[in-house]
Parts: sequence; structure tokens; C-alpha cells
Amino acid sequence: MTLKEALKLSPEEIAQVREALAQKIAQSDLNAYVALDMAGSGIPIAIKDNIQVQGWSVTSGSKILKGYIAPYNATVIEKLHAAGLSPFGRTNMDEFAMGSTTESSCYGRTLNPHNKGCVPGGSSGGSAAAVAGGLAIAALGSDTGGSIRQPAAFCGIVGLKPTYGRVSRYGLGAYASSLDQIGPMTQNVEDAALLYDIICGHDPKDSTSADIAYAPTAPNLSANRKLTVAILPKYVEGASEAVRAGYTKAISALKAAGHTIVERELLDPKYDISAYYITATAEATTNLARYDGIRYGARVEGDNLKDTFIRTRSEGFGDEVKRRIMLGNFVLSSGYYDAYYVKAQKVRQLIKHEYETIFQEVDLILSPVAPSTAYPFGALEDPLTMYLSDIYTISVNLAGLPSIALPVDRDAQGLPVGMQLIGRAYDEQTVLDGAYSLELQLKTQE
Amino acid sequence: MFEVIIGLEVHVQLNTKTKLFCSCPTSFNHTQNTNTCPTCLALPGALPVFNREALHKAVMFGTAIDATINRTSYFDRKSYFYPDSPSAYQITQLYTPVVEHGHLMIDFEDASQKRIRINRAHIEADAGKNIHEGDISKVDLNRAGTPLLEIVSEPDMRSADEAILYLKKLHSIVRYLDISDANMQEGSFRVDVNVSIRPKGEEKLYTRVEIKNINSFRFIQKAIEIEVARQIEAWEDGVYASEIVQETRLFDQAKQETRSMRGKEEAADYRYFPEPDLLKAVVDDAMFAAATQIPELPDAKRERFVQEYAMNAYNAEVITSLPEMARYFETMVALGASAKNSVTWLTVELLGRLKNGVTIETSPVRAATLSMIVKRIEDGTISGKAAKEVLDYLMEHDAEVDAVIEKLGLKQVSDSGALEKIVDEVLLANPDKVAEYRSGKDKLFGFFVGQVMKASKGSANPQSVNDIVKAKLG
Repeated sequence: MTLKEALKLSPEEIAQVREALAQKIAQSDLNAYVALDMAGSGIPIAIKDNIQVQGWSVTSGSKILKGYIAPYNATVIEKLHAAGLSPFGRTNMDEFAMGSTTESSCYGRTLNPHNKGCVPGGSSGGSAAAVAGGLAIAALGSDTGGSIRQPAAFCGIVGLKPTYGRVSRYGLGAYASSLDQIGPMTQNVEDAALLYDIICGHDPKDSTSADIAYAPTAPNLSANRKLTVAILPKYVEGASEAVRAGYTKAISALKAAGHTIVERELLDPKYDISAYYITATAEATTNLARYDGIRYGARVEGDNLKDTFIRTRSEGFGDEVKRRIMLGNFVLSSGYYDAYYVKAQKVRQLIKHEYETIFQEVDLILSPVAPSTAYPFGALEDPLTMYLSDIYTISVNLAGLPSIALPVDRDAQGLPVGMQLIGRAYDEQTVLDGAYSLELQLKTQE
Repeated sequence: MFEVIIGLEVHVQLNTKTKLFCSCPTSFNHTQNTNTCPTCLALPGALPVFNREALHKAVMFGTAIDATINRTSYFDRKSYFYPDSPSAYQITQLYTPVVEHGHLMIDFEDASQKRIRINRAHIEADAGKNIHEGDISKVDLNRAGTPLLEIVSEPDMRSADEAILYLKKLHSIVRYLDISDANMQEGSFRVDVNVSIRPKGEEKLYTRVEIKNINSFRFIQKAIEIEVARQIEAWEDGVYASEIVQETRLFDQAKQETRSMRGKEEAADYRYFPEPDLLKAVVDDAMFAAATQIPELPDAKRERFVQEYAMNAYNAEVITSLPEMARYFETMVALGASAKNSVTWLTVELLGRLKNGVTIETSPVRAATLSMIVKRIEDGTISGKAAKEVLDYLMEHDAEVDAVIEKLGLKQVSDSGALEKIVDEVLLANPDKVAEYRSGKDKLFGFFVGQVMKASKGSANPQSVNDIVKAKLG
């Protein structure tokens, strides 16, 4: 059942849907959910474990927050309630959204519904697996460097990362404040538009929330607009054969749907990786400094104050989180700040400018979401290899742009291949229109 | 000979209604941890929203010290772990503060002045409080997120006296602007002192030592003097390089010494970087126009008092030192008391009667009442001596001035009929003295007046008595 269908149901029918979903979740072995918490009785929406729901134990997939009960609702949760939708189940994620596989969760790994030996992607792997596995009508995820789009691609669903500032971050457990954005993870483009319309909007509680006009996208969703789409032939060279094949397939479908294709180039993505990991870890190291065991969460008592801090954080955080905290502290250290952080911000401006230049002439950019399809568990044990797997998603966060991931193909093993359409800032409508058109065209071709 | 170099950092708590980044009240003396919310507790997902009232007050201060107001300033995160800092970073303004390059003038007793430069004033959030009870430490976060204005001087002061003059002037400006309670005991005006010495004639700056959080002008003076002595002694003993290191020291008022708080090897790296949760702080035209209209400052008021009321410099200084005092005085004058008598009755009689922590603000006798007392002296209703009794009574009781005069029977008798009767009685009772006077012993005049005053129990108008006695004795 899609969200669009669910929105037409009576309260009694919704109650039945909730009951059926609960049973399915209980029988599932995907480990998409870490707990089947509920709030309200509306249309059930799965919630990533870093979005605050009042009364829920929201832990960002981390041992350090075990036992913490959120005393307030994130703004997106208030908006769900107001629209007759209800938080239904906490979904698994990489600890503090730091990862691309959902393997770093303290609740254990989530399985990819298409192949249980493969990762679902991350960090919103639980939300993606829940939607792909028929365990959720739709879900909320968060995307800091691809954490909505990459698991959506690995699990064959639709994931929208809105423009930075479109959806309030109030109540989203922060990873990297200038990059984080909550977005919908759905079965199709139409549902993504519907859920996006519900959660977006200016929020006075989030100073970085955009105080500009918000027109609903779903009622205006159109597959008939003829758009100019840039493709990036050189950029795609490093991707796997299956991804390149999917890219070609998507280009043909866009052409067949009547869109104009033009070729463009982007900066070498190695700059994206550097700028992203410096910015994100600098912000993360401060955002995660509050987890000290003093006021809430799991405390490990030490011999003195300093020892308590050290033991709490040493035992509470996993390896990947510690690695990024150390990286962030390093790049902010006196003597290194200019060489790393300041330089990364300059690169970030360059990237932003590069996109702006391209968007003077085109409506959308077609890009892979990840260099490969879903891989087996443990394949990305080397952290640097994992960081490099983010090359296609992170520049979008650095530039603050909207981007939607949608499935376009399957690889030889039957695993989904996803592509993303990137748009101008605040132009979610065009991003959704382009994706809707591509989705329909691919369906027609089948 | 040595020269002393002093720079001061003052944390002024801004008296906004709500905290700097959330809508919790800033009021004190509430039950611990009740003035808190997800933002000032740094719960996961909570975000800061800038309270622009703090920006307005910072611009007022910048205007008062003739500084550059940065119409756009930015916030930065300063990282350190401490239980009273819930997010483990302080939101402050390192790279672009709202106020830069100002100055104020300090006044010496010989009426000369010195210009002290102020490097910057930036907005930042206060921490909570740690309360240590034996083996247990408690954290109260009611204060966490209260707005502070950190005012950083240049190292322009050359003695403890200059430092105190600067602090008193700064304190007075902040009070006049009404941007802070500036109560040192309650911690809304906190001073960190940076002290170094150098041989006279040298230009270079030597190692500076910071002394933190000293909560009275007297202790600051003492702490500086003791620290300077320590540094000079180390220099003279040839151990300056090893003894005097850049560090933070605490002033122990009981032991009269400064003591190392943390060593150089543990010097903190605060890892500053721009705060990504907040936008830039912009002083728009409307705020700039409003915030640069500041009330009359102490220096200007003092000058005006000297000119307008022919006050001497000392009295003008005393009366303008606190805005409440100046307001009290101006109210007295506005209600009809003469400036000259108002000065005396305010600075000598009233201040002399304020005890046990009662201040001009909490004085039981308000300006209108004291003004009335002065007016009653000036219109001849009561004598100055009687007025003191009235004031004494009013310090203890809430009543109208005229009613008190009536009640205590202090009204002067100016009615010549009544006075003549008393004078006649006095003259009749002292025929020998009258004879002596008439034979040329002029000094006895005072005796007769005194006897009349005594007989009237002090209620006679001395001028009238004088006149009548003189007339009767012919």
C-alpha cells in the first residue's frame, strides 16, 4: 500500500493496516526496526532512530544514548501528527548517521531485503529496508552525505534529500549541522512528494530553516514538463559496470520521455571527499561532545570527572564515531584550522559555484547515487574505502541542493541500481517532476 | 624600576528577559534546573535561536564606548568539557565580534584623564553552575545560556588603581545603559585580570598571568598588587623565566596570595569554528537607529551637574557614580528642592543612614519624600535639626512629611505674637543679664536667643527669634 492510498483510508482501515504491519514487522528478520514504538493512531510512518519522538527512546543507533527518553517532538513529527500520520517504529541506522552500511548500529546490522547477504546501505538503512521489505508504507530518514539516497538506491526505493533549510532540523539528532536534512523515503515519487509536502516548511525553532515561499509539490506533480538534464560522462567513469549500464538506461529513458540531454563536467570528486569529511567531522565532533554522561544517557563512572568523561565516551561510542570525532578534533586544532577547515570551506564554495553555473543552463543533473550496487557485509571494512564510496552523494550536501534517488535498473544479481536527479536550490518541484517522468517512462518500457 | 601592564576582561550578564538562544527566563533564585529546556540542556536535536535583544544591548554598549559596530557579526563554537557546559561548547564570537575598537576615559583625582582602549565586546552564552557538597557535585543549569557581553580591554592600564578606575567607569556605563544589573556579588559583572611587568622604558610585553573571577573591586586591587609583587620578586631573584609562566591563577583572599589553577602543559585548545546552527547576527537599520540612541552617560551627566548646579567635582562624581543616585538627585530638584540642599541631604544625610545593605534603590525614603523635607527647611516650616528628626522617623515609618512634622511637633513658630510672649518671659526671668547686655556686653545676645529656643523646645524660627530679641533689647 502506498502513502497516496493510505491517505484515503478511514480510521478503522488505518487501524487494520497498522495491525497488519505490526505483525509483519514482528515476523521479519531484516532488523529494519530497533523497536516498534508508536505514537498516535494515524497512518503509520517509520522513523529513523535520530528523529525525536516524545516518549520514545531515541538513541541514534548508539549505546551512549541507551535509556534516553526524548521529552519533545521534532518539528517533522509535529507536522506528521497534524497531517494524520503517526510515528510507527524506530528504524535502524549507522551510529549517529556515520556510515554507509548500517553496520555500525549498536542494534546490529540490517539486512537488504533484495539479498540478505548484502548491506541495505546507510546510514538510513533501517528506513530503506523497511520500505523496500514491505514493512513500512513510508519512512523518514536523514541525509548528511547521502544517507537517504544511497540506502534508497541499494534497496530500490525512492529517497528525497530536500534543499538544506526546507525541512526543519529541530529534533534531528545532529551529525553535521550544515549538511543534515530530513527527507522522505517512499515506494514511489508521488509518495515522496506527498510526504515532503507534509514535513517541509519554515520553522522558527531552526535558525537555518528557509523563510521563503512553500508551494505544495504533490498537487503540481507533472511528468509532462520538458526539461534539460545534464549528464556527467567523465564523472561516471569510476562507477561499476552495472551502475554505468543503469546510467545509460536512465539517459535513454529521459530522452524517450522528451527531455533534452546535455553533457557537463563536475570537479574531481576527490575534492568533494576532502571538503566533506573535514566539514562534517568538525561539526560532528562538537555536536557529539554533549554526550558526556553527565545529564542523560549511559554513564560509566570513573575515578574522577575527567575519567568519567573518558570512560563514558570510550565505552559509549563505536569505532567509526570515535574515528570521526578524532578527525574533527584534528582539523580544528590550533595550527591546523586554516590548512584544513578554512580550506575545506573554500572548496565548498567552489563546489556550490560550480553547480550554480551548470544550473544556469540546465534544470537537472543526472548522477549515479553510489559507485556500485549493494555489496556483501564487511566489504567496506577499510574506512577510507567507505568514505570514497560516498563520492556521488556528498557534493549535493556541500552545495545544499535537493536531490532524489530512484531505482532505474537491476544488476546481474538482481540488486537495484539507483540514480539521482539533482536540482536547483529550493526547486524540489522540478526534481520531483523529473523523477516522476523518469519513473513513468521506465515503467512504460517494462 | 618596573612598569605594570594590566588588561581586563569583564563578563557582563545582559539583563534580557529570556536566555540567549532559547526562551527560558533569565531570572535568578528559582529551584535548580527549572529554567531549562531542550536547547539549554543540550538535548539531542535541540537548536539555538538567537535572542536579538542581546544584540540591541551590545550595540548600545558599543555606542557608549564610541566603538565600531559590526552590522554583521558571527557566532563560533568554543569547545571544552565541563559539567556546567551542557553542549560542551560555548557559543561565542571569536572571529567577528559585534563591537570592536572602542575606548573609555578614566578620571584621576587631579582631574586629569587617561584613555583606555577596548579591543572588543562580544556576545556569548553563560555556563551553568557547579555546586560542590562534600563528595558530591551537583550541576544547576538555570544560568546556562544566559547572555553575556565579554568586554576585553587593551593592556593600557599601568597600576592597580588605574584598573579599578577603569572597572568603576565600565560598571557605571553598563548601569547607566541599563543593559545589566552588574552585581559583582551575584556574578553579573565578572572580572578576569591579565597582569605582566616589564623594566621601565622597554616596549616589549612579557609573560602575562591571568587572575580569574574576583568578585569585588577591593579584592581585584589586592590581587593585582600581590601578583605584581610576586612577579617583581621573581625578576629580582633571577627566577622570572622559570617562575612566571603564562597561566591562570586564582586569588585566595584568605591567604592573600595568587595560586596556579592550571599549568601551561594543560593549556586548552578551544578548537573554535563557525557555529553552523546560527545565521549571522545582523544589526538592521531599525535596530541600529534605536540602539544608538543611548541615555546620558556618567561623564556627560557629571559635567552637566557641575555646570548646571554649580556642584563641586567631588559631589558631582559621587552623585553620578550610580544612575539611581543621579536619578534620585534629579527627582529631588525637579520637585522643587534646591540643588545645593539636595546634594547635602542626599549624600550626607540619606547615604549616612543607609545601612545593612540598603542601597539608594531600596531606600525607604524615596526622592519625593526627601525633596519634601528639604523644601520644608527651605520654606521655614522646620529647622535643619528638626528635619533630621523627620528623616530619622521616616527611615523607620511610612508616612507623609507634613504629618510627621505635625506629629513630632517640629513646626517652627514664626508667629511673632507667640514668640514675643516667650521672649518677654525670658527677659523678665533674667533682669541682671538684660542690664549687663544694655551696659554693652553684646555677647549675651546669643544667650537670650538660646534661652528662647530652649523655651520653645527648638520649634522657634531662629531668624524670627533673632529679630524679636534685637527689637526688645532695643
